[in-house]
Amino acid sequence: MRDHRQRPSRGLLVLLLLACFTLITLDARGGSHSPAAPLRGVAGAVFGPVEDATATVVRPFRAVPHFFQSTNALRAEVARLRSRNAALHSQLAATSYTQHQAAELDGLLRASRQSGYALVPAQVIAMGSAQSFTSTVTIDAGTSSGVYPDMTVLDNDGLVGRVVRADRSTATVLLLVDQESVVGGRLGSSMELGFVRGRGETDGAGQLDLQLVDGSVTPQRGDVVVSWGSKNDRPYVPGIPIGRVESVYSSPREQSKEAVVAPFVDFSALDVVGVVVNSHTHSDRPLINAGRIDSASGAVHGAGN
Amino acid sequence: MAAVRGLVVAAAVLVAVVLQVSVFPYLAVDGVAPNLALLLVVAAALVRGPDLAAVIGFAAGLAIDLAPPADHVAGRWALALVVVGYLAGRVRHDARTSALAAVVTVAACSFVATSLYALGGMLLHDPDLSAVDALRVIAVSVGYDVLLTPFVLPLLMRLFRRLTPKQAAY
Repeated sequence: MRDHRQRPSRGLLVLLLLACFTLITLDARGGSHSPAAPLRGVAGAVFGPVEDATATVVRPFRAVPHFFQSTNALRAEVARLRSRNAALHSQLAATSYTQHQAAELDGLLRASRQSGYALVPAQVIAMGSAQSFTSTVTIDAGTSSGVYPDMTVLDNDGLVGRVVRADRSTATVLLLVDQESVVGGRLGSSMELGFVRGRGETDGAGQLDLQLVDGSVTPQRGDVVVSWGSKNDRPYVPGIPIGRVESVYSSPREQSKEAVVAPFVDFSALDVVGVVVNSHTHSDRPLINAGRIDSASGAVHGAGN
Repeated sequence: MAAVRGLVVAAAVLVAVVLQVSVFPYLAVDGVAPNLALLLVVAAALVRGPDLAAVIGFAAGLAIDLAPPADHVAGRWALALVVVGYLAGRVRHDARTSALAAVVTVAACSFVATSLYALGGMLLHDPDLSAVDALRVIAVSVGYDVLLTPFVLPLLMRLFRRLTPKQAAY
């Protein structure tokens, strides 16, 4: 390769590095008025449809790993679930406390379902990887379907996240597990308020941290956390289940109780989600009204609870 | 011909970035998806040298920074991949002689790129991540990129050899 230019061009490298640093500085300083915003719009318009098409092609193959699950494994799974179900039933009957809690949970779930939210159905077509240290996904509904930034995204199991950016045909969703995601949460048993933060774990065990406003309240293991709701329902509508308290610890420094919350949603296997919109939204696809979610996705729903 | 070559390279960048966000997340290990754009840049560096590789690194990095699921400060992956393209281009005379050297180059590049990206995140607090988490992700991503190298790198290098102008080939 002697005929190649042996000396790499310093000027080109410096130019490219300067371009990077300029972009980083402008974007980091710019906030919501960042000059990168229109660039992101263009990139969304170009990559969105391609990602959508690729996801459509790939979707049938996503079930392939399940084929390799042998009948034996499935039988063991059924046995395990049966014994767990029985244990849960006995627990429920044994303590009135748990019964009370279950009733409350049921009521909350029903309330969230009956509150009449209109949903734009959407599918996840791309996911950010852990190398980027952000937990975001792309969904295949954008402004043409009535999806705009700061809207709540949920699925059959609970709260998924919020829309941070929307292009014509796609939108970017910040997941609850992202480190920068903070959601107002409410304990189902005591109605106490707190903040639910993501930990940045993208794998299946992605957990959330709950910090209660009132330090004297101790959340119980198994307590359900629901969203508390924001002003004008943006970015989060109230009453959407987030997760269940897994363990509780107190931090002496901050004088408040913290709890680890296991989210209801499996963030590593997101597929169909709904974006909460105004029921009069003009959309290019049919809206799902809260009442009809049950019939449309009832089969999937049973597994969640 | 130059325009055609440019179009092919642009298409390769587009395909790599789209595969990276739409297909590879389903094959992710511990949330880490293989960095196809990085392999593209390394292949360009090994065949064509640091100049073209740095330019492709800039374009591919910018695409990752701006294409839909991205929500970090724009320019961070671009910076990481420009540096990687330049570095890989500088060592190419050693790395193109043996497969092992190529694999080592990929491992080093993957380490440098992911570390640069993570360091940028720590400096900008975007997000505020801990060194332990960052190191874990860096380790997994180096491993995954190396695993993918024997399958993908030869194909990409063949693509860039084909794109090399006749008078400059061998």
